[in-house]
Amino acid sequence: MNSDIALQAINLVKYFPTGSSGLLGRPDKSVKAVDGVSLTLRKGATLGIVGESGCGKSTLARVLTRLIEPTSGQVILNGADITHTSGKELRDVRQQMQMIFQDPVSSLNPRHSIGQIIGMPFTVQGQFDKEATPVRVRELMKLVGLNPEHFNRYPHEFSGGQRQRIGIARALALNPSVVIADEPVSALDVSVRAQILNLLEGLQAELNLSLVFIAHDLSVVRHIADEVAVMYLGKIVERGPAATVYTHPAHPYTKALLSAVPIQDPSSRGGAGRIRLQGDVPSPIDPPSGCRFRTRCWKAEALCEEQEPLLTDDGSGRLVACHFPEETPVAIGNRAQ
Amino acid sequence: MRNHDSEPVLSVQNLQVSFTTDDGVVRAVDGVSFDVYAGETVCIVGESGSGKSVMAGSILRLNNSSTATTTGKILLGGVDVLSADESVVRGLRGSEVAMIFQDPMSALNPYYTVGDQIAEAYLVHHPEVSKKDARQVVLQMMIKVGIPSPEKRIDEYPHQFSGGMRQRIVIAIALINSPRLLIADEPTTALDVTVQAQILDLMMDLQKEFGMTILLITHDLGVVAEVAQDVIVMYAGRIVEQSDVEAIFHAPTHPYAWGLLGSVSSYGASKRGDLFTISGSPPSLISLPEGCAFHPRCVHSLGSGSRCQSEKPVLRPVGNNGSRSACHLADEVLVSIGTGTGAR
Amino acid sequence: MLLFIIRRLFFAIVLLIAVSVFTYFLFALLPTDPAALSCGIHCKPETIAANRIRLGYDKSIFEQYWLFLKGIFVGRDYGIGTAAFTCPAPSLGYSFNQHACVTSLIGETFPVTAYLSIGAFILWMMIGIGVGAIAALNKGKWQDRLATAFASVGVSLPTFYFGLLALFSIVIWFQILPFPSYESPLDNFPAFITAMILPWLVLAIISAASYTRLTRNGMLEAMNEDFVRLGVAKGLRLRVILRRYVMRQALIPIVTIAGLDFAGLLGGAIITESVFSLPGMGRMSIRAVVDSDLPVLVGTTMIAAVFIVLANVIVDIAYGFLDPRVRVS
Repeated sequence: MNSDIALQAINLVKYFPTGSSGLLGRPDKSVKAVDGVSLTLRKGATLGIVGESGCGKSTLARVLTRLIEPTSGQVILNGADITHTSGKELRDVRQQMQMIFQDPVSSLNPRHSIGQIIGMPFTVQGQFDKEATPVRVRELMKLVGLNPEHFNRYPHEFSGGQRQRIGIARALALNPSVVIADEPVSALDVSVRAQILNLLEGLQAELNLSLVFIAHDLSVVRHIADEVAVMYLGKIVERGPAATVYTHPAHPYTKALLSAVPIQDPSSRGGAGRIRLQGDVPSPIDPPSGCRFRTRCWKAEALCEEQEPLLTDDGSGRLVACHFPEETPVAIGNRAQ
Repeated sequence: MRNHDSEPVLSVQNLQVSFTTDDGVVRAVDGVSFDVYAGETVCIVGESGSGKSVMAGSILRLNNSSTATTTGKILLGGVDVLSADESVVRGLRGSEVAMIFQDPMSALNPYYTVGDQIAEAYLVHHPEVSKKDARQVVLQMMIKVGIPSPEKRIDEYPHQFSGGMRQRIVIAIALINSPRLLIADEPTTALDVTVQAQILDLMMDLQKEFGMTILLITHDLGVVAEVAQDVIVMYAGRIVEQSDVEAIFHAPTHPYAWGLLGSVSSYGASKRGDLFTISGSPPSLISLPEGCAFHPRCVHSLGSGSRCQSEKPVLRPVGNNGSRSACHLADEVLVSIGTGTGAR
Repeated sequence: MLLFIIRRLFFAIVLLIAVSVFTYFLFALLPTDPAALSCGIHCKPETIAANRIRLGYDKSIFEQYWLFLKGIFVGRDYGIGTAAFTCPAPSLGYSFNQHACVTSLIGETFPVTAYLSIGAFILWMMIGIGVGAIAALNKGKWQDRLATAFASVGVSLPTFYFGLLALFSIVIWFQILPFPSYESPLDNFPAFITAMILPWLVLAIISAASYTRLTRNGMLEAMNEDFVRLGVAKGLRLRVILRRYVMRQALIPIVTIAGLDFAGLLGGAIITESVFSLPGMGRMSIRAVVDSDLPVLVGTTMIAAVFIVLANVIVDIAYGFLDPRVRVS
């Protein structure tokens, strides 16, 4: 096992049964939320996972953190297989890997004070200490830029950005080595987002965290990630070094995603080379055959319907699942290696 | 330049909206004035709590009348909405002025088919038209907003549509009476990026076709860059800057606009290195800071005892781009820092 | 949709069988001996033994249950020889206290309960939804406060207390109405109305209170929905918005609760019937408890269970019609 790897997912699958049939109403279909995802997070690195709603990125986060059990596949944390752990072992996993949630309002118990919220992981893990825990909680509050004097205040007394800081402090309480952040800035105001991103980046460097950063916003991921994985309908369509993926996207979907983000420059309005995808993401209950993106892809041919493209290295250290990927300039390929 | 000789389609004059809550009086909109001219797209930019949505709601008098106090004037084609009879305002709603809301998931009535809901919007202003004829109008509209196989989908319920398709239905409802003014309150915020781009394109295409005026409320500067001609930046219930779109991006004239642009544009570009941020968070509208509401977060504040802390700045022309700014800093300072901050 | 209904009915039948087993065994485990009860205080042991055989209590409980179940479908014979008699299907047993088939006893008392329930139900829905709607439309004003007060008093008033209060004040002190004495509406309609008006009102006011609250809160919640805002922005009249947008949404949870409440009443409005001496199923149940008349108790409990289970099925199906989102395609 490579000791440089913090978190690894091998062919992860998560199906949710749905529908009903027969007299007893047994589920007869399944939502293929995550359908064969393999990932590697290097120690101290940041992996960005990008995709639109319904691509399975949040389910993936929950499977990785073992909030839910995968249908099949493996999750390996610091060299140990945690796919089917439970009880005491799962509690150990939780100590090593923590999650930051999207909505800082609903993820904090309104009836607990900030001190209680941030100290809760110690209680849960049976490590609560009347002397040491409050000291540690105050340390954590300082670490994330909260005033330790606000120890006894309640969540509603804080703004959205401060609440997300509380969520971050809680996640860091037990010194995890891996943190999974599920859209941590999506619910925040523009001016506050940058503060939280800076904080996460600073903390990562300071504590040598390995970070999985999930977002639908490409620009946010670009800033923070070393490596990027783009998801579409439960599968990874492209994965590689952030610089390569952003400057020279190989998968048509990645290209379309990048092209759809409005550019902050009025003079480039309506510029040439804009890609506009048609239609919507198909249902994950009954995804298209072959390549799942083919129904919206301008490059699709008969092959795409018949055969599913596999994630393969295009020679630049980037993986892409497409029969007709964009060419990668040689220079980029060399630099990325 | 645009022709501003004609009457404005919409004229908002010293609008103030406050809400009485258990915690105190919320001053959501605090003295806002602006004009919108025919064919223009005006964007109102601001974060949550800037008062932009409340302001939009008061144009059609949609705010809860039992808790909201609204003063000032809102002129729509010569009618003052705030003092007009309910029946007059009702006649304007949906016919002269239409609205699109942020969340297409909750904006449609879940109990009726989308066809019924579009037809309802048409029939209420065309009572003489038969239901059968209205159905044809609805089908035409569904084609225009890009809904595939409308003959089948007209009899489906909102929950059978995706988010993007529902927003198209909401747009169909808004445009079925060819309104002069379309108010779009964060129309793409709840949508995915690829769908957001589709919807923005659709709105711009339909604007050309119908010759509408659009007032678009958003927090997303990318959307602004994409569609706006005139931009109004709101902070804590007041307009802090009003400029045309080129000026807002290339030479903004208010510290808040600098911060907003800085914190957004820097992270698209490169990996690592601190992002430019505005410290702190937007103030509570119940207890606003004295003087300029932005001063506690402003790096350019003139310091303690200065006008920034005691006097509300008034919107005034700054520079020669036609920009207006509500800041106590000297004009030259605003222009020179602004030119340095703008995106290239 | 059809499959959905069939599936619901299938589950309803399974549930009813389970309820019947539970009810039957529960009462069978009571420490009373129906055989001894059936022949009075001074009873020879051999008479009790003979009675036991005659009533079928000598058999094992499983066999007794089987005979009970069979009786529902094919009727049942009791006793032997000259003392033999038959309760035709559907037979729910035989009451030896009252010397009558339980089914016919229920047949006599059920209409009274049904008249009481239906009348009260109509009244309470009108009062509850009406007052709730007025409160919601005048939120924070005196109408709202009055309605809220009505709702709080209504839910906290015990039925027997409020019933007696109404009886004393209106019948005895002010003598506005004569003392209620029930007669069938087919025989004497005016007397029927005079006897029913107080119980209707008492039951309606007490039940209406929670509906007032439900309607008010449901409407206020609905009025905050985005789609209601869009309705206003379309230029619709307030009346149309209330009907097509607000009420439609607010009434859905009310339908659920109303269905179950009504079904519960049909099983016997025990307290109201007792206070106003109405010869309904509820009062019969109380008498059966006092007399340890097990067959009647089993019968009325089964009937009540049937109504509750049926109401559940009907509410589920109605939901599908009211809310397209739960409609199964």
